Amino acid sequence: MWAYAGRRLLLAIPTLLGASIIVFAMVHLAPGDPIAAVMPAESSQAEIEATKRAYGFDKPLPVQYLVWLGHVVQGDLGRSIATRRPVILDVRDSLVNSLVLALSSSALSFVLGIALGLLAAFRQGRALDKIASAVAIVGVSVPHYWAGIILIIVFSVQLNWLPAMGAADGGGPLEYLRHMALPTVALSLIPLGVITRVVRSAALDILNQEFVLALRAKGLAARRVFTHVVKNSAPQIFTVLGLQFGFQLGGSVLVEAVFSWPGTGYLLNLAIFQRDIPVLQGVILVLATFFVLLNLAVDLLQTLVDPRIARH
Amino acid sequence: MAIATALPHELEPVAGAPMSYWRTVAWRLAHDRMTLVAGSALALIVLSAVLAPWLAPYDPNAGSIRLRLAPVGAPAHILGTDEQGRDMLSRLLWGGRMTLVAALTPVLIGFVLGTGLGVLAGYVGGLTNTLVMRTMDIFYAFPAVLLAIAISGALGPGLPNTLISLSIVFVPRVVRVAESATVQVKGLEYIAAARASGAGVGAIMRHHLFANVLGPILVFASTQVSLSIILAAGLSFLGLGVTPPAAEWGLMLNTLRQSIYVNAVVPALPGLAIFVTSMAFNLLSDGLRDAMEIRA
Repeated sequence: MWAYAGRRLLLAIPTLLGASIIVFAMVHLAPGDPIAAVMPAESSQAEIEATKRAYGFDKPLPVQYLVWLGHVVQGDLGRSIATRRPVILDVRDSLVNSLVLALSSSALSFVLGIALGLLAAFRQGRALDKIASAVAIVGVSVPHYWAGIILIIVFSVQLNWLPAMGAADGGGPLEYLRHMALPTVALSLIPLGVITRVVRSAALDILNQEFVLALRAKGLAARRVFTHVVKNSAPQIFTVLGLQFGFQLGGSVLVEAVFSWPGTGYLLNLAIFQRDIPVLQGVILVLATFFVLLNLAVDLLQTLVDPRIARH
Repeated sequence: MAIATALPHELEPVAGAPMSYWRTVAWRLAHDRMTLVAGSALALIVLSAVLAPWLAPYDPNAGSIRLRLAPVGAPAHILGTDEQGRDMLSRLLWGGRMTLVAALTPVLIGFVLGTGLGVLAGYVGGLTNTLVMRTMDIFYAFPAVLLAIAISGALGPGLPNTLISLSIVFVPRVVRVAESATVQVKGLEYIAAARASGAGVGAIMRHHLFANVLGPILVFASTQVSLSIILAAGLSFLGLGVTPPAAEWGLMLNTLRQSIYVNAVVPALPGLAIFVTSMAFNLLSDGLRDAMEIRA
C-alpha cells in the first residue's frame, strides 16, 4: 500500500513538471513579441529592451524556464500585464468561486447521477431505464454553454425568477445562492450524463455476475442484494466521481463565461481577451496542479476502497 | 442476451457462407433503429453543410439594418434573422460547414497520428513506450476544455489555431487507447506464430496488428467527435475560434446571446444545431460500439 502510494506520488512529479513546461511555453506560442503587444506604440527601442530585461525575456529559454519555475514554486506567478496586480491574488480570489461552483454542481450531479444509474440498472429495460439512458445521452451531448443560455432565457428573461449574471458581491449569502443556481445546473449536465452512464454499466456488470444469482437464490432480500451490488461497483463509481469533479473545476470556463461567474474560468476568459499571458499562465498552472493532485488523491483513496489495485 | 430474446426474423442471417466481420457489423448497424435515425439525421446535416452554397437562400454575410432579429417564420426568412439582419437559415447552413470542418479535422488528425504513435509505442515497448506514454501523460494533467482553451488562448483566434489546439487535445487520447489495444493484441499467440514464421516487424504491424487494433481505436475516435464539436464551437463561442464575420455555430451563439431579451428563439438556434449534431454522433458511435462488440 505505502510502496504503491510512494510510486504513484513520484509519477505525479514528472507530470507536473511537464505541465509546467507546457504552461511556460504558452508565452512563446503566442504570436509576435510578448512585450511588443503590451508596450505603447511610441515606446523607444531602449524602453522595450528595459521591459524585456525586467520580465527576463533577454535570457536563453531554459534559464527563463528555471527562473520562472523557481518563482512559481514560491507562489509567485508574476504580475498581470493589464492590472499590474500579482497574478496569485487574482487566481486565489477566483479559485474560491470556482471551487464553490464545482462543489455545488458536483453535489447535484453525483446524487442525481448515482440514483438514476442504479435505478436504471435494477430496472433494466423498463421505462425508468429508458429515461436514464435519455438523460445520459443528452448530458454527454449538450453544449453546456448553450444550456446555460437556455436557462437564462427561461428562468431570467421569461420567468424572471433567478439572476442571470455575476455572483452578487456584497448581496448576502441568499443572493449568492440565487446567483449560483443557474450556473450550477448548467455545469452539472455533462457530469450527470457521464455518471448516470458509468454507474448504470458498473452496476449491471455486477448484477450479471453469478454471485448475485446465488444471493438471490438463497432468498436474500432485494434490499440486501442492492447493498452487495453497490459495494462491489463502488470502486468504479468512485473513479468517475473523482474525475468528474476535476473536470468541473477545470472545465467551467465556458459556463463561467456565460454567467459572468467570477471564477477562474471568467478570469481566464478576461485574460484571453486582454492577451494577458501571465494571468493566462497562472490560472492554467493552478488548475492543472489541482487536477493532477486530485487524480492522485482519487488513485490513493481508491486503494483504500479496493486494496486489490495496489497489488498490480 | 439480445439475440437470445430476438424474434426469428430479427436473428442475424446464418444461412450460406459465414459473413465477414465487417459485413456483420454493417448488417447490425443497418438493423439498429437508433443508429438508422441518428445516421439519417447526420447524413442530412452533413449534406446540408456540403451543399450550403446551393441551398442557402441568401448570402450568409449580407445583412439589413431594417430587418434585425426577425422572428422564426418571418416572410422570406423562415428561421428569422440575426442581430445584423442576416438570414439565419443561410448562416446555419454555412455555419455547419465551418463547425464540422473545425470539429472533424482534429479527430481525424488525432486518429491518424495517435494510432501511429500508439501502435509504435505498444509494439516496440521499452524506452520508446516510456518516452511516448509519459509525454502523453503530461497532456492528461489538463481537462480537455482547459487544454484546448489554454493553447488557443496563447495562439490567438482563427480556424488554423483551433485545429492545432484541438488536435493536441485528441492525439494523446487516441495514443492511450491505441497503445493499450496494441499491447493486448501483441500478447496473442497468432502474433508469435507470425513472428516464428519469419514475418518482419513492418509486415506484422501492417497485416496483423493494425487490422486488430483499428476497431477499438475507431470506436474510441467516434466517441470523441461529439466532444470535438462542443469544444470547437465552444472555442469560437469564447472568441477563440473562427473569426467574424464568418458563420460558425459557436460564434453565432456568442454574438446572438446579447439579443435574448429581444428575441428568445432565434439566439437558441445555433446551439440547438450543435446539440443535435453532437447527439447524432454520440448515438452513432454507441451503435458502432455495440455492432462491433467492443466494450468501452
